[in-house]
Amino acid sequence: MSWLRNPWGRPRFLPIVTGVYILWSIVPVTVAVLFAFNDGRSRTTWQGFSTRWFLDDPGSVKNDPGLLSALQHTLLLAVICVVVAVPLGVALALGLQRWRGHGSGAANTLMLLPLVTPELVMGVALLLLFLQIFNGWGLGTTAQAIGQVTFAVSYVVVVVRGRLVTIGREYEEAAADLGAPPVSRLTRVLLPLLAPAIIASAGIVFALSIDDFVVTQYLSAGADTNTVSMLLYSTARGAPSPALNALASITLVITLVTIALAYLVYRRFAGAGSASEAATLGEVAIER
Amino acid sequence: MESRWTWRFLALPGVVWLSLFFLVAFYAVLCVAFGNQNTLNEPVPFWNPLDWNVGYVLEVLQNFRDGGQYLTVYLRTFAYVGIAIVISLLIGYPVAYFAARHAGRWKGLLLVLLVLPWWINYLMRMLAWINLLDAAGWGTKVLHYTAIDQLFISLHLLSGEGRWLEGQPATVVIALVYGYVPFFVLPLFAALDRIDQRHIEAARDLGSSPFSAFRRVTLPLSLPGILAGLVLIALPMFGDYYTQDLVSASPRTSMIGNQIDQFTRQGSQKTVGAVLTVVLAVVLLVFMLYYLRATRRAGREGERE
Repeated sequence: MSWLRNPWGRPRFLPIVTGVYILWSIVPVTVAVLFAFNDGRSRTTWQGFSTRWFLDDPGSVKNDPGLLSALQHTLLLAVICVVVAVPLGVALALGLQRWRGHGSGAANTLMLLPLVTPELVMGVALLLLFLQIFNGWGLGTTAQAIGQVTFAVSYVVVVVRGRLVTIGREYEEAAADLGAPPVSRLTRVLLPLLAPAIIASAGIVFALSIDDFVVTQYLSAGADTNTVSMLLYSTARGAPSPALNALASITLVITLVTIALAYLVYRRFAGAGSASEAATLGEVAIER
Repeated sequence: MESRWTWRFLALPGVVWLSLFFLVAFYAVLCVAFGNQNTLNEPVPFWNPLDWNVGYVLEVLQNFRDGGQYLTVYLRTFAYVGIAIVISLLIGYPVAYFAARHAGRWKGLLLVLLVLPWWINYLMRMLAWINLLDAAGWGTKVLHYTAIDQLFISLHLLSGEGRWLEGQPATVVIALVYGYVPFFVLPLFAALDRIDQRHIEAARDLGSSPFSAFRRVTLPLSLPGILAGLVLIALPMFGDYYTQDLVSASPRTSMIGNQIDQFTRQGSQKTVGAVLTVVLAVVLLVFMLYYLRATRRAGREGERE
């Protein structure tokens, strides 16, 4: 245990543990993606490379109506979620950041609650809400979108507020001194400064929505409202072919590209440099 | 003053949305839990708290007291989650420590690799293991060649060769660790990264050995990060039903989440499901409040900087 004697030296066991951990966390998923390209029905025996489970086979993602509609529905929900949650969250972040006095503490706690509530509890609550109170709307796409927005808003608030803190009030005050009215201070000073955070939070919400499972499943209504996550849950154990792996791989690529773009935009325009800031951006996705 | 009202007005839509779909939704759970059932076992919520019927709540609590099935499942869940967070700590601390202190020029790349699992669909990560741990899967083969399966069998953690997905408690716990440990490593990394190196240098200059500097400086300073990280992963584990369903699906390994899921979404007795949800929320409230306080404190410190 030489690292105990000299923690500033090159500890041996730490890089080994870290390396094994990284392999353990990445390799299984890589194998699952690999089998999406298997030229056979097996998900355990490699039979050569092919793209049949994406395009050609009757049971492929392109040709199986169940798989294709799950992919479309997942993307539809993600777009709705971004369109609704981002404006709502940006306004809430601005309001909470500047509003001092009665009710601001309670509003803050209300915003943080969805982040710490286990998703199952939220799922049950929203299910009973839509069955017992908003039974006119019923379950399905609208309910699913509302459910996703409800937890996504808080993530937008956390990202945007982080940026608001670093911007400070100087630019606004300068604009006020130069005679800008409140509305143009908001639209011409604050919002452009917040743009990187807004774009980053849009990316995060898009990815969160695609990967969401519990709330989406609880508020679903039949096969038409299946998402990729739900299909993974219901067919993973009995899946007949690697088409399921292909479907999962497609959403994996979409999510990772979205997050990478969000990160690059944030870094390029907000000048986030340090590793810790990168971690904060990741830390934002507190739970699923 | 314009500004006071401007900011409140901006916050309004978000506050209304969260009140409606979070607070009112939770109120609906209470009204169902303290409501009644019709002859078809459908819930009949009582909207006025003065009318609340404690019958179903008492029935469930009675079952707990008499050591019935709810208690069994609760104890099992606490055991699984307890073991899973201890394993997560043992795996996660060295990794976060290395990334924060010793990664050097690899730090950026390492962080990307640590963040990566966050953005891979949880169910896909489970699908990956289902493929690997299939009786004919690559993982099962590797575990067989390395004799790890024999070790697990001799420890009574596995009931037979290649039976990893046949209702093994050990598989459920390991799957939980696999699923949630990335959400522990990253916040812990951030906590360790924030520790001022000079504290440790001071301890060394004052004559403490490297180990006691770690034990008496680094470890206590990282304790809030450890606790926040463990709470962060314990909360979703308590509400997890899909991991158990996917890697075991046996009633012998079912968790609180599975019970709630069966009563509510799958649906026979939503009233009982609502009661169990309220019980779970009350049990977890302590953890949730702790985490809220920790994040708000961190937020205030962030603003001061």
